[in-house]
Amino acid sequence: MAEKKSLGSVFFNGILKENPTLRLLLGMCPSLAVTTMAKNGLGMGAAATFVLVGSNLVISLIRKIVPDKVRIPVFITIIATFTTIVQMLLAAFLPEINKQLGIFIPLIVVNCIIFARAEMFAQKNGPLLSIMDALGMGAGFTLAITAIGSIREILGAGTWMGIPVTINLFEPATLFILPPGGFMVLGFLIALINKLTNKKKDPASAQGGSGCAAGCPGCSKAMHGGEA
Amino acid sequence: MDKRLSVSSSPHIRSDITTRRLMLDVIIALIPATAAGIYYFGVRAALLIAITTLSCVGWEYVTRKALKRSNTIGDLSAVVTGLILALNLPPQLPVWMAVVGAFFAIVVVKQLFGGIGQNFVNPALAARAMLVVAYGSRMTFWTAPFNSASNMADAVSSATPLGILKEGGILPGLSQMFFGNIGGSLGETSALALIIGGLYLLFRGVITWHIPVIYTGTVALMAWILGPNGFLTGNPLFHVLAGGLLLGAFFMATDYTTSPMTKKGMAIFSVGCGVLTIVFRLYTNMPEGVSFAILLMNVAVPLIDRYTAPKRFGGGARV
Repeated sequence: MAEKKSLGSVFFNGILKENPTLRLLLGMCPSLAVTTMAKNGLGMGAAATFVLVGSNLVISLIRKIVPDKVRIPVFITIIATFTTIVQMLLAAFLPEINKQLGIFIPLIVVNCIIFARAEMFAQKNGPLLSIMDALGMGAGFTLAITAIGSIREILGAGTWMGIPVTINLFEPATLFILPPGGFMVLGFLIALINKLTNKKKDPASAQGGSGCAAGCPGCSKAMHGGEA
Repeated sequence: MDKRLSVSSSPHIRSDITTRRLMLDVIIALIPATAAGIYYFGVRAALLIAITTLSCVGWEYVTRKALKRSNTIGDLSAVVTGLILALNLPPQLPVWMAVVGAFFAIVVVKQLFGGIGQNFVNPALAARAMLVVAYGSRMTFWTAPFNSASNMADAVSSATPLGILKEGGILPGLSQMFFGNIGGSLGETSALALIIGGLYLLFRGVITWHIPVIYTGTVALMAWILGPNGFLTGNPLFHVLAGGLLLGAFFMATDYTTSPMTKKGMAIFSVGCGVLTIVFRLYTNMPEGVSFAILLMNVAVPLIDRYTAPKRFGGGARV
């Protein structure tokens, strides 16, 4: 809290260091359920980012007026408002995406990423930083679930964004479009990111690494709460 | 100094059994089933068995190398996994799919969880399940054995006995099923060859009778009780000889790593496998349920072990 945060560092924090899907393990439900196609991942990510930016901005603007005791209902009302807006926009202008994502658009209301950012960031920081944080987190979420969606679509259907890629080369493995494939791809991506980021700071991460094995979401939340 | 008295930490009971020797015994026990598979399904079967086994060993070598761990292909466990996986595949499966299956078995299920003794489910079965979900139509493309009277040309598709049971048709005779002259996975068709192999394992002390006997017994009993024409009208022998039950009961459910440690635990595990197998066979849209039954019970093994842990000698309540 004491240290001055630059807009850029807040933005990139959400993409790699605290990537909501692959590092904080938040928002697992849409990450697994809608990522059967890369296009769905992109759509879901964009919708969540819109809600995230809106809710972070409003919550950060009213953070000094809202009493601590009622903050959660207030946050939920704000998030629900933006979710309703995005749902109506999608239904009006992109009905196809809306149909594909289905129930997961209204479920953005209870998406952990949005609520966690409101609780951990927006209510403690100014509007500009909060928007930057929302954009970073949204970009991180979108990148992660588009990556999951791409891998699943290429391996499971042989296409990418609907364009045939490998479907003529080998028989696609239906497994990857089904739920077990989603869990597997997510697990491998998390392992890959951990492997890549552990290399850079080997001795420092040893302590954090052991704590994380027990329960990553709780652990990283606690760690974040400490520094924020 | 007399060497007969020595002070050391536990374990105090030692034996000459090595992993390599155990695995060699399993390989010897699988020879009859492998030979029967090649006899009934021809050169294609031999090729598939060779490729699957070789790629399992290859993946084991490459993964251990990449993870900078000691080389373990000498303990023959990868050969056993490869052989069991091959025996679980339909004879006409494209070879590259077998290599993908071997990758899943060895790299994902076995090595990423820490190698031999650390896998939480049976690698060969997990690979089979993965292939069934990934390439459903290929994994259920059954062909009639070469030596059957109805088929003199090559690779004519033919349903398995359990498939016929589900979709209707003329069921093969029990003796035909006993010798293995039916459609099915490479190594599951010949009950005779599997029983010979299983008896060898029992004789060598590699496995105990509990899991195979209780598992098969549960399936037979349940099949008899839940017969097609009402209570107690089923044909227990049909369900014992059909599908992969004997292969699963002797060679896969008995895997040390993924079966309970105590006799009581083994009994619970086997009854669970048997009940699930019959439920899958009779009441779901899948014709066969052995692999999924064993996989599900594999996952339950830590829980079973926890509740069947023996009391310490002289100890009070369970820890």
